[in-house]
Amino acid sequence: MRDVAIVAFAQTDHRRRTDELSEVEMLMPVLHQVLDATGLKASSIGFTCSGSTDYLAGRAFSFTMALDGVGAHPPISESHVEMDGAWALYEAWVKIRTGAADTALVYAYGKSSPGEVRDVLTRQLDPYYVAPLWPDSVALAALQAQALIDKGVTGEPELAGIAARSRTAATANPHAQLTGTVPAGDYLVQPLRTGDCPPIGDGAAAVILAAGDTARALCSRPAWIRGIDHRIEAHSLGVRDLTDSPSARLAAERAGAFERPVDTAELHAPFTSQEVVLRRALGLGDDVVVNPSGGALAANPVMATGLIRLGEAAARIHRGESDRALAHATSGPCLQQNLVAVLEGESAHV
Amino acid sequence: MPEVLSAPLVVEFPFTRSLGPVQSAFLTGLRERTVLGVRTGRGKVLVPPVEYDPVTAEEIGELVEVAATGTVTTWAWNPEPRRDQPLGTPFAWVLVRLDGADTALLHVLDAPGPEAVRTGMRVRIRWAPERTGAITDIACFEPYDGVSGTGRPTPHSGEFADPVTGIVAPARLDYTYFPGRAQSAYLEALAGQRVVGERCPACRKVYVPPRGACPTCGVATDERVEVGPRGTVTTFCIVNIKAKNAAIDVPYVYAHVALDGADLALHARIGGIPYDQVRMGLRVEPVWTPGSRHPDHYRPTGEPDADYDAYKELL
Repeated sequence: MRDVAIVAFAQTDHRRRTDELSEVEMLMPVLHQVLDATGLKASSIGFTCSGSTDYLAGRAFSFTMALDGVGAHPPISESHVEMDGAWALYEAWVKIRTGAADTALVYAYGKSSPGEVRDVLTRQLDPYYVAPLWPDSVALAALQAQALIDKGVTGEPELAGIAARSRTAATANPHAQLTGTVPAGDYLVQPLRTGDCPPIGDGAAAVILAAGDTARALCSRPAWIRGIDHRIEAHSLGVRDLTDSPSARLAAERAGAFERPVDTAELHAPFTSQEVVLRRALGLGDDVVVNPSGGALAANPVMATGLIRLGEAAARIHRGESDRALAHATSGPCLQQNLVAVLEGESAHV
Repeated sequence: MPEVLSAPLVVEFPFTRSLGPVQSAFLTGLRERTVLGVRTGRGKVLVPPVEYDPVTAEEIGELVEVAATGTVTTWAWNPEPRRDQPLGTPFAWVLVRLDGADTALLHVLDAPGPEAVRTGMRVRIRWAPERTGAITDIACFEPYDGVSGTGRPTPHSGEFADPVTGIVAPARLDYTYFPGRAQSAYLEALAGQRVVGERCPACRKVYVPPRGACPTCGVATDERVEVGPRGTVTTFCIVNIKAKNAAIDVPYVYAHVALDGADLALHARIGGIPYDQVRMGLRVEPVWTPGSRHPDHYRPTGEPDADYDAYKELL
């Protein structure tokens, strides 16, 4: 089957609020950026796929409004996932691999500002036993963090160190929302302090995928997707070992991440404690550059954050700063679902 | 820059869900102060119980009763309870492995402060005074230093009088809706009884109401264009069934109206003419009621009907 590469990536400047913009108004500039970067027209894209959720907008079929931004009339080949855009990218990758398209436009957006994202995310939980208790996203992450601390795997100072490293790295990322020296803050839900949690904000991202020689024609150094896989664990938190992520490990194995070392890892870890879980599950050594973009702790436009990890990893390959990068996206509470992709620049094979 | 419009938006729905045999037994059991688990083919007792083994996907249904006491496997202190959470005072989220179970249940623990909570601590269920067959029949857990049972699950038929077969899970989320640049401009113009669309810089079509992007060209629509107030009925239907909460008498006509200067038809109600005399091509104008942001309906202008060729592209 044909090789597929990420050939362009763009993201908004992520901000706490974008009250003056509708979703499509927020999204359009990044769509135009990736199209301009490749010289493609929206009408010449073979497949378009997006990721977002109605629950952030509070409106049914909210993604259909965003479709105006890609010129969906006359009809285009299009699909949507009620998930992070990383899963939309997976669908587009399948479409290209199977020969149904040569190019794909993948985009994702999330405006958290109109509602309370901590409450909104409770609606993805088991509706019989869990959702009626309204455990918010920070609370569930805090349970995972305490399990790690109890196990002696990490401690609050180490978690604060992850937060500091991420936001220091983000000072080099003009799109990041929270950068530089950020105080650890008070406990939001103990043991997680405000500094251990991601900023709440609005943002969007887009990438273009292309096959084989089309990718080479569109990008001087395409980021080839050598493998990509996603796995899910049982939905009941009480049956999982929250200190481990077997689904991330299996996805990485199936994506070929363990065949050779990676030099860069973009991990979708909105909470500091989740980086600890992922580093262990993925066997990342200290020589791997983790989240040079600042990661989700610097900007967390829900539903776009995972796609941004793929985009950031690809952009480092485009710029020649990485030869082999791991990109990870997650969905659900406490890293329930995990997607891992391995990206390479062509020179890595010479 | 114009004022950013906003409005409260509340999404509220009582989700009605049916229960399978295992969930029905578990939630009915809670109503009767009995905690049931399910035993898997591997001999593990899952509490809360599920109908399929999460490891093997095997269908399971062998119910057992476990104790109302247990051990905290992990916890998190919540200093600021949020709306709809089980306790209104600061509490701990806990995963509790009940005596006799091999897995943990998520719930909350009533404790005076985080210093009173630790992994491994012993807790017991505090039952809600009124129980309906829901996870909230467990009001919370509370610290417990009494003697625990054998910890051995005992077989249970899962049969109760008047079993609970469904739950109603009310959900409410509060938003502040911001319509964005293009729709805000449209709404502001409506306040002055004007209808404003936006023109696409590429294909020159005028969209109304504007959403900020041309769905054909995928570019921002930026040039404001006042359209109407008169327009042409492009198509219509006769509504014969009264909608709940609708104050309009049936039958009435619901139509698409292409306002003069617009390249997209709006939908609107047609009044001021018997319903069976409305026709394609009818020329209409808006009727505003005081204080309303939208025309109440459109009525005939008395002009001759528009030629079909004049609006056929807008159907």
